[in-house]
Amino acid sequence: MTGEPVLRLRGVSKRFGAVQALSDIDLDVAAGEVVALVGDNGAGKSTLVKVIAGVGPPDTGEIRWEGRPVTIGSPAAAQSLGVATVYQDLALCDNLDVVANLFLGRELQRVGVLDEVAMERRSRDLLDTLSIKIPSVRIPVASLSGGQRQTVAISRSLLGEPKIVILDEPTAALGVEQTAQVLDLVERLRDRNLGVILISHNMVDVKAVADRVAVLRLGRNNGFFDARTTSQEQLVAAITGATDNAVTRRQARGTGEADR
Amino acid sequence: MSTSAGEPPEPQGASPAGSTGPAGPTGPAGLAKEAQVDPRLLVREQGLKGYLTQFKQRIRGGELGSLPVIVGLIVIWLVFQSLNSQFLSAQNLSNLSVDIVATGLISVGIVFVLLLGEIDLAAGSVSGVSAAVVAVLNVNHGWNPVLAIIVAIAVGALLGLIHGLFFAKVGVPAFVVTLAGLLAWNGLQLRILGANGTINLDNNGLVSKLTNTYFSQVIAAYGLALIGTVAFFAISYFGNQRRKAAGVPSRTMGDLLVRTAGLAIVAFAVAYVLNQYKGLPLALLIFLIVVVATDFVQRRTTYGRKVFAVGGNIEAARRAGINVALIRISVFVISGAFAAAGGLFAASRISSASQATGQSNTLLLAIAAAVIGGTSLFGGRGSTYSALLGMLVIQSITSGMALQGVSNSIQFMVTGAVLLAAVVIDSLSRRTQKATGRT
Repeated sequence: MTGEPVLRLRGVSKRFGAVQALSDIDLDVAAGEVVALVGDNGAGKSTLVKVIAGVGPPDTGEIRWEGRPVTIGSPAAAQSLGVATVYQDLALCDNLDVVANLFLGRELQRVGVLDEVAMERRSRDLLDTLSIKIPSVRIPVASLSGGQRQTVAISRSLLGEPKIVILDEPTAALGVEQTAQVLDLVERLRDRNLGVILISHNMVDVKAVADRVAVLRLGRNNGFFDARTTSQEQLVAAITGATDNAVTRRQARGTGEADR
Repeated sequence: MSTSAGEPPEPQGASPAGSTGPAGPTGPAGLAKEAQVDPRLLVREQGLKGYLTQFKQRIRGGELGSLPVIVGLIVIWLVFQSLNSQFLSAQNLSNLSVDIVATGLISVGIVFVLLLGEIDLAAGSVSGVSAAVVAVLNVNHGWNPVLAIIVAIAVGALLGLIHGLFFAKVGVPAFVVTLAGLLAWNGLQLRILGANGTINLDNNGLVSKLTNTYFSQVIAAYGLALIGTVAFFAISYFGNQRRKAAGVPSRTMGDLLVRTAGLAIVAFAVAYVLNQYKGLPLALLIFLIVVVATDFVQRRTTYGRKVFAVGGNIEAARRAGINVALIRISVFVISGAFAAAGGLFAASRISSASQATGQSNTLLLAIAAAVIGGTSLFGGRGSTYSALLGMLVIQSITSGMALQGVSNSIQFMVTGAVLLAAVVIDSLSRRTQKATGRT
């Protein structure tokens, strides 16, 4: 990793009433890096994603984008910065075809009329560069498999030319083959020099594609791990807090600093 | 008219496809070729062969489009013709083509609402109000008929706006809002008509002329058929050239010619029949223009795309930055305006506006027409061509039964059965779609 990461969070905290959802969270995401964000239910993953996606701004803490401090106050602000979020419920229109879904809300026009040819052309180019295989870009999304739908949703987020893509459990409810397709796509995003934040409960997937793993536990950082050298057991231990003591915290800090 | 492939609700598209007979031998060959490749990875085969395989895949996948209604229409016509040779006479068909216009226009508005997955129960009453408004302004107050028509349609749009605001902004279910409208606007209609309850229109006035004007010159009907065919071919051809230039799948020349020929046969046959009687009816011309124009809006503009998106998945539409409330309100305004236009033609047809205008089963027939024509009740699928096709089916049954001297009671039961059949086909095709959805 060279230079400043694209996205740097320092000391981000957020409180909902009596609940301290996030306290003092740090997170770095560099270009061309897949950071897995893992943690048990209620660890604060979704809240952190909402902070980055501009849905729920933090109470305190600093967000730096390419080195300069920013406030992400709305989803639109996040998008214009270059943050694309693919939520778990993909939010595709089943009745519309792949092209229409990809360009929904930003249709290309020619003299006030939809420019289907240009949209189809760009859809095919996009899907081709991502090596996505779809029977036809002109069939309704309803007739695609779960994995194909996921890849369509991810491709759609790329049309805005983002720098960071947040994937919320992209492989949940997918079969073996389809999971592999989605993981391939995640790697291709990295190859395109995008920063990817991958939220997952599946340690196998995390180990398969992530470069670094950021563990959240009860709204706090519980260590950063190198995905290649850390065993699945160690990750699970960090997630569940089985080894949550001063020693492991110290070690975890060490790993995290080395990574930065 | 559409230039891209894979759009079922296109009546011309289905007619060459329906005549698979002569092209039969190419069918099995296309299938055999397809079997070697993973059928799911087929993008689109070129030419007639590809068209046939695609068509077969679509049928198997449950995307029937307007095929059932066209088959149904042909069956209905054959049955009634065999019962009474007067049925397919030029006079009967010409009258039929004018009779469909009033309810058909209401149905066009209903299609917009159905695309959202909602319902407009007030359309019949709104059409009645519109007829009353135009009659009172034109006959009682001596207004210029053009002005009276504009005001009547504006009133319809305004009533639609009220439905839309209550539905989209207050959050009352559309069913309830428009049910309230059904009752309230019926009252308004009676109020506007006043004590007499019936106002006769001037037989030579503009409103009456809407339905009793015929372009009797032979050239009119044939010219329209020619213009339609040439325009269809030109748009398809140049659209196709653009697709070729851009390197996206395009149709072959043969494919284009088959489709154009299919349209030409239908268009010139209709023109021929109309010329046998009084010529091209103005009302039919207006209706066809409305159907083509609204279909264009739905399929080729961002507005139409947004309507389909809201009907398909509201959450997805919202996240894509679509103003859902605005789309909903605008759709109800459109529905109100078309209901008003339908009311004008209903009054025009009988040269009077009465308490009965737009009442009884007008609304239900308009909804039935949209559904029979292939527009889904569940939102997100349909086209305004279904208003045309559905009305043809309904009016054919009505007309055929009337020729046979069958009573209203039987007519309603048969129309009900046809509607049920259409909804069953819709439900079954949805189920097949899910089954072949490969999820």
